[in-house]
Amino acid sequence: MTLADTFHLSLKTVLSYRLRSVLIILAMTLGVAAVVVLTALGDGARNYVVNQFSSIGTNLLVVMPGRAETSGAFPGAVLGQTPRDLTLKDAQLLGRLSQVRRYAPLNVGEAELSAANRLREVTVLGSNADLIPIRHMKLAQGSFLKRGADYSAQIVLGSQLAREFFPRTQAIGQRVRLNERRFLVSGILAPQGKTMGHNTDEIVIIPVKQAQSLFNTTSLFRILVEAKSHDAIEPAKEAILETLKQSHDGEEDITVITQDAILATFDRILHALTLAVAGIAAISLIVAGILVMNVMLVAVNQRTSEIGLLKAIGAPAADIRFLFFAEAMWLSTAGAVFGFLLGQLGSLLLRLAYPDLPAWAPVWASVAGILVALITGILASILPANKAARLDPVQALGKQ
Amino acid sequence: MIELTGITRIFRMGGQTIYALNQIDLEIQDGGYVAIMGPSGSGKSTLLNVIGLLDRPDSGSYQLDGRTVTDLSEPEQAQYRREKIGFVFQSFHLVPRLTAAENIELPLVLSGLAPSERKLRVNEALRAFDLSDRATHRPSELSGGQRQRVAIARATIMQPTAILADEPTGNLDHRIGAEVIALLENLHKTGTTLIVVTHDRELGDRAHRQLILRDGKIIADKKA
Repeated sequence: MTLADTFHLSLKTVLSYRLRSVLIILAMTLGVAAVVVLTALGDGARNYVVNQFSSIGTNLLVVMPGRAETSGAFPGAVLGQTPRDLTLKDAQLLGRLSQVRRYAPLNVGEAELSAANRLREVTVLGSNADLIPIRHMKLAQGSFLKRGADYSAQIVLGSQLAREFFPRTQAIGQRVRLNERRFLVSGILAPQGKTMGHNTDEIVIIPVKQAQSLFNTTSLFRILVEAKSHDAIEPAKEAILETLKQSHDGEEDITVITQDAILATFDRILHALTLAVAGIAAISLIVAGILVMNVMLVAVNQRTSEIGLLKAIGAPAADIRFLFFAEAMWLSTAGAVFGFLLGQLGSLLLRLAYPDLPAWAPVWASVAGILVALITGILASILPANKAARLDPVQALGKQ
Repeated sequence: MIELTGITRIFRMGGQTIYALNQIDLEIQDGGYVAIMGPSGSGKSTLLNVIGLLDRPDSGSYQLDGRTVTDLSEPEQAQYRREKIGFVFQSFHLVPRLTAAENIELPLVLSGLAPSERKLRVNEALRAFDLSDRATHRPSELSGGQRQRVAIARATIMQPTAILADEPTGNLDHRIGAEVIALLENLHKTGTTLIVVTHDRELGDRAHRQLILRDGKIIADKKA
């Protein structure tokens, strides 16, 4: 029997047992679709988080006061010392490092913004002119903080604040107050929406020294540093640690985290999550495979006398085995193809429902889903096919 | 030519050994017309199955056209069945999913013949057995006589040297049965060996040679 005839004859069988075939194909379809949709969801979540992290800057290092380490005793503790605060002088030192392209000191606090008979609580960032390029922010109108003018009483408003306080008038050039201090609006940020849980449309930015004076502090909350290149990230980290250790009397009391390291960690965790979800979905494929085996075993029993006849008219055992193989192959191939299509449709619906989530099934997951469906289908047909091939023709013919 | 020497086939049932065939020696010339008769359980179907290579004897030797076939491998035996033997059964054994034409075509499909050549030969067979207007009908849509005609067309499509029929009229009424016998005898007239297992004395009497079996032994070998 030729290969083409084997596939043709088994296709006819698949088509004639319509309900049975539809049910098996449905089981396979759901299994493959589950793998595709769930990995699309997992990988979408991973890409979403990675994109969010990438959008806050490039080659970014964050310098924080204190040591994020619990091992060993903090030597200063014995002498009643606390970790030193980060200061503006520290930030300026970092700006001179050869590996560093630019830096932005950061102070964060809450204050009351009032203008034109309106008043509300806002988040205040104190920083310098380089905050815009470092954090990939955009200005909609006017100008940002003036370079080197840490004391100037200028303020940059988030887009929503500008709209709320000056709905009908031009915001640039208006006077506003932050806790009784006067500021002149010099620029408005472009609407950016939420990144990393912060709504940049509802913040104001003022020069760092104004912020320190507003919040009555001499320390910094963070120093954001941008390395000159991706390769300069690690050397920059070393240099920052070294510089601040010297400036802090040999005490290593700061922590530097790199955007890269956080990214890699999230990437790893979410990738593992995707794999785990794919594995769970694959279980349903194996269940579908067992269903194929069960149905094929029933088919062998149902068609015993037919198998006997095929043997009587000269079909060798190998032909009969391959007929049942081919039948299982049709069922699992159809299930794999429909499952893939259904999975793609499901991912599309996810993307339509949550436009922020890039829910694209990774290629490896689709390929793996299809392959697992085909392989379980074929493995599941080995036992029934062998059973059919080994039937004794005389007994098989006698059975009705 | 079919030559059986010392063929024995044993079945074990509940600790008891039953000789379905007991030291059978038999020679059937090409173009012969033989009826195998005897009471139920006398071994006549087993004899037919051994001749048709469906059943393997426990001992003895079987030569078909001068070649020993008892020790052939499974695929080789399948090839002999495909090319030299045509089976006709009491219950027709048509594949219910396939049309009359597709049922007749099956042995050609198994032999790997090209589809165009198959179509030609199937159409020829449909004409010869007066089934042309039933070609696309499924077995459930055919009468008993038509089903057996399809089965005979299938058995002869490979132009075998022997037709083995096991109670071919057992499920048919007298008139239709006579028609089927006439068809089989026509095949015999063209030179095909015809071996029929039957209970029916009238049918047995038509054969040129009658073998009577009892308890696995040939107790009479009557030549007309």
